[in-house]
Amino acid sequence: MKKIISGWSLIKIYTLLVYIWMFAPIVVVVVLAFNPQQFGTFPMEGFSFKWFVKLAHNSTILDAFKNSMVLGSLTAIFSTAIGVPAAMAFIRYDFKGKDFLNTLLIAPIMVPEVVLGVALLLFIRWLQQPKSFALLLIGHVVLTLPYVLLIVQARLVGIKKEYEEAALSLGASPFQTFREITFPLLAPAVFAGMLFAFTISFDDVTATLFWATAHNQTVPVQIFSMLRNSISPEINALGAVMIVLTISIPLFAGYISRKFAKGVDK
Amino acid sequence: MNQEKDQAFVKFRGIEKHFGDVVAVQKTDLEIPEGSLVTLLGPSGCGKTTLLRMLAGLEEPTRGDIFIKGKRINDTPIHKRNLGMIFQNYALFPHKTIFDNVAFGLKYRSASKLEMKKKVDKALETVRLPGVGNRMPSQLSGGQQQRIALARAIVIEPDVLLMDEPLSALDENLREDMRREIDNLQQQLGVTTIFVTHDQREALSMSDKVVVMKDGIVQQEGGPEEVYNHSTNHFVADFLGHSNFINAIVEDKTEKFTKVKLEDGSTCLAVPADEFNNGDKSEIVIRAQKINISYQKDYDKKEGMNFFSGKIMDRSYMGGEVSYFVELKSKQVLHVISFVKRSPYRRGEEVFLTVDPEHCGLLPV
Repeated sequence: MKKIISGWSLIKIYTLLVYIWMFAPIVVVVVLAFNPQQFGTFPMEGFSFKWFVKLAHNSTILDAFKNSMVLGSLTAIFSTAIGVPAAMAFIRYDFKGKDFLNTLLIAPIMVPEVVLGVALLLFIRWLQQPKSFALLLIGHVVLTLPYVLLIVQARLVGIKKEYEEAALSLGASPFQTFREITFPLLAPAVFAGMLFAFTISFDDVTATLFWATAHNQTVPVQIFSMLRNSISPEINALGAVMIVLTISIPLFAGYISRKFAKGVDK
Repeated sequence: MNQEKDQAFVKFRGIEKHFGDVVAVQKTDLEIPEGSLVTLLGPSGCGKTTLLRMLAGLEEPTRGDIFIKGKRINDTPIHKRNLGMIFQNYALFPHKTIFDNVAFGLKYRSASKLEMKKKVDKALETVRLPGVGNRMPSQLSGGQQQRIALARAIVIEPDVLLMDEPLSALDENLREDMRREIDNLQQQLGVTTIFVTHDQREALSMSDKVVVMKDGIVQQEGGPEEVYNHSTNHFVADFLGHSNFINAIVEDKTEKFTKVKLEDGSTCLAVPADEFNNGDKSEIVIRAQKINISYQKDYDKKEGMNFFSGKIMDRSYMGGEVSYFVELKSKQVLHVISFVKRSPYRRGEEVFLTVDPEHCGLLPV
């Protein structure tokens, strides 16, 4: 009996250590963001928002932030605009090559981002087009589409076909049926998919490194290049902001979709 | 031709449906008179639902034509067919209130707000659920939801009401009430109704016409009593109620009864069927409820009765009636259901069975 208890304690301690190993660096970044000193020492010698203020006046970072927001939003919009009809087609209709096409659209999840980054770049070269914001946007849509597709499909499977058939039999055209019945029932998933797409786009480094030009740097890429020159505590502040954003958005999405889903699920 | 169209409110002509290599419905002709309630009855996979869905426009027929009121509707999309459809799982829109659910179909029929409200209220009253308009579907019980689904379907005054196993999802005791309610409502509104079910009691109790299907083929169609008492093939006789089948050869065909020879050499009388000739192989069908059971051989003195003697192998007591399994000399076991008039017969007892030839049908093998 005693042995079993000590065994469990060991597992508990081990688990705790894993968590510390995973999250301690993140905590350090956030804590150091409030450290007024140039170089992090412990214990901290004061508390200040100095680096956040400095960050707010750094035009490069602000530009990158703006780029990231615009890119993320557009990616979210395009991914859902493509993903929702695609999911409808895959779940509601039968056509030749359906499985193949579905796998193809999901594939970017499985392909290493480096490969994807280089491939799109080479493709653009081959077409003799310059790198541009459009390229970056297309790349991010490719990256995020699988997530939108998977989320929306999963939800669509759960929406019984009878709802749509009932609406059709009552005189609603296929489009009216989609607008009145399918889309409202699908809305939580669409919303969640959008936020997922935004977060992934906002967070992406590897592929974006290949696609971004000097004019459309995103925040993560900017951090990466800042790190190459020097380690400024501004990065800690920026890191803290990024952490808050990337954690709160999916949480918010989950909350909203659960709120929407109430009374819909049976 | 014209007359024919007028009589058949709904008409399937040479309808067929294939799913890949699977034939769900084989070449079928079916006519449904105006105002009648017709049941498509059969085991799962018999094509009854597919037939209904083709009429609804949810499946496209591989071959053949469908007419409603004499008009070919093959190419009319579902939302222009003016049909009311009831689903097994109610399919009420979960994100809309009961009022909006019932009013849904009216939105596409250019009804004014006031008229809409009037009609919805009336429909809710018809299904005896007035005043639930503001609730959400999830706040209602299964039976109530199905009544709302009924209201939603009848409020648009459909040409045909289609019901796909509407009672299967309900509790046993609720099902009976709901069945009667649908029956009454249908008679009250006089709307042509097609009802799909695998439950023979539902089919027999409420239909004007029963269409028995199996493997995508209509086996028999007719009034409930006709298909039950005069089943025209083995499947129908077996599917409806409890039937006994005895192999026989036609020996002597007369006006009133046909004398057939059983496998064990004894003879039997059965209701004649015109399509038989002497020497034909056939099958006697006897309903389990039509067999009298007794200790005495001369229990039923009526002349020309069929007699069997046997031993009770098994019995199951079901309250009002008892189900006996009687083994004959030929080793064939007959199923007998009889009302309990006295203490039931016991296992191992020798008994005599009497059957009126009127109750013995003859089927081709």
